[in-house]
Amino acid sequence: MIEIKNISKWYGAFRVLTDCTTQVEKGEVIVVCGPSGSGKSTLIKCVNGLEAFQQGDIFVNGTSVGDPKTNLPKLRSHVGMVFQHFELFPHMTITENLSIAQVKVLGRSRDEANERGMKLLDRVGLKPHAHKHPGQLSGGQQQRVAIARALSMDPICMLFDEPTSALDPEMVNEVLDVMVQLAHEGMTMMVVTHEMGFARKVSDRVIFMDQGSIVEDATKEDFFGKPRSERAQQFLSKILSH
Amino acid sequence: MLALDFAFFTPELISGYIVKGFIFSLQLTLVAMVGGIILGTLLALMRLSGRPWLVMPAAAYVNTMRSIPLVMVILWFFLLIPLVIGKPLGAETSAIITFTLFEAAYYSEIMRAGIQSISRGQVAAGYALGMSYRQTMGLIVLPQAFRNMLPVLLTQTIILFQDTSLVYAIGAYDLLKGFEIAGKNFNRPVETYLVAAVLYFIISFSLSMLVRKLQQRIAIVR
Repeated sequence: MIEIKNISKWYGAFRVLTDCTTQVEKGEVIVVCGPSGSGKSTLIKCVNGLEAFQQGDIFVNGTSVGDPKTNLPKLRSHVGMVFQHFELFPHMTITENLSIAQVKVLGRSRDEANERGMKLLDRVGLKPHAHKHPGQLSGGQQQRVAIARALSMDPICMLFDEPTSALDPEMVNEVLDVMVQLAHEGMTMMVVTHEMGFARKVSDRVIFMDQGSIVEDATKEDFFGKPRSERAQQFLSKILSH
Repeated sequence: MLALDFAFFTPELISGYIVKGFIFSLQLTLVAMVGGIILGTLLALMRLSGRPWLVMPAAAYVNTMRSIPLVMVILWFFLLIPLVIGKPLGAETSAIITFTLFEAAYYSEIMRAGIQSISRGQVAAGYALGMSYRQTMGLIVLPQAFRNMLPVLLTQTIILFQDTSLVYAIGAYDLLKGFEIAGKNFNRPVETYLVAAVLYFIISFSLSMLVRKLQQRIAIVR
């Protein structure tokens, strides 16, 4: 589904990604973790072309992201993305947030888009909030709406960029619950997160990054059981010590 | 001794001299505001495009307009355009075009600040949903930028309204001109200029109050 082949990226002279290679099969859930500044967010943003890369290529369902001839908006329209800071559109109601891209990008009728939006809003448990603006919701609620918004486009896979990092601790679980449910339904997911509980519970593989490189790419059993690299061992011992 | 006499200010005088000028001043303000904001937004998008062949002409235009006194732009435009198109344009039409072009430079700086106030994450969210540049700007960024900047845009419009009096330089019939002619005909220039000043003050000041109210409302919504 997603093939990342030898990606390298520079900001000027500074190399942020070094020769990253991995793939996500259909229905797989991959967790990407690592210390801050390790390039994990940058890597996931390369997958739908929000960040450009200078070397290598990424294929989403066989379509090259790096090829200048690729219709990137079209590719992005069926790759869902959830951001750290939700990025709901504050000048629109929740209903409009859910329907705007369906209407403007997919060309659905407003009724069809609203119906689809409501169904998903109900699924994340927020149907009574449809008429509100994002500013009237809590962080956890906003992030659940953001997930519903991404799902409204009927994506073939979902990218999550630290979806719970900006949330108050008591709101983390309501978002993770939605993600776990999604994983169980067979959605292909690539998730940048520090939530090791989530990784343990639903991931198929864990990718550990450090200084722009993929240091470890292992099944979750191997990763949590016996990480090969010293760097990953250190990282795990630090975040799992409490 | 200053003896003021306002007895000559009859409804006939107002409808005969003032209304015509008032309508033109209003028309000039509104056309230059709408045209200036549209043109200014395009200039702002050009300057933020990151493409040198769009950035440079837009920057040159804005900086030039902002470095020349308005009254000179009014005069030069009035004198030069007939030479280019081969026939006189008329003071009123010339004023409307000049003000739109001139104000666009100022509105563009406001819109540029407004666009930059919207986080890059909002743009990324638009793109991630498959929207084009045009859709992301038109549906996500510009509506928010416009709303955030509405008080500043309106304040600029109040300044614009006051500046419309500069069309006296090319003899266009605006609000001030109406008072001036009335003052001459009745030989009461002090009284007419005084009433003109009070009228400009009332209009500008009440608009300022309106902007302040609006600002508070926007602050609450955010």
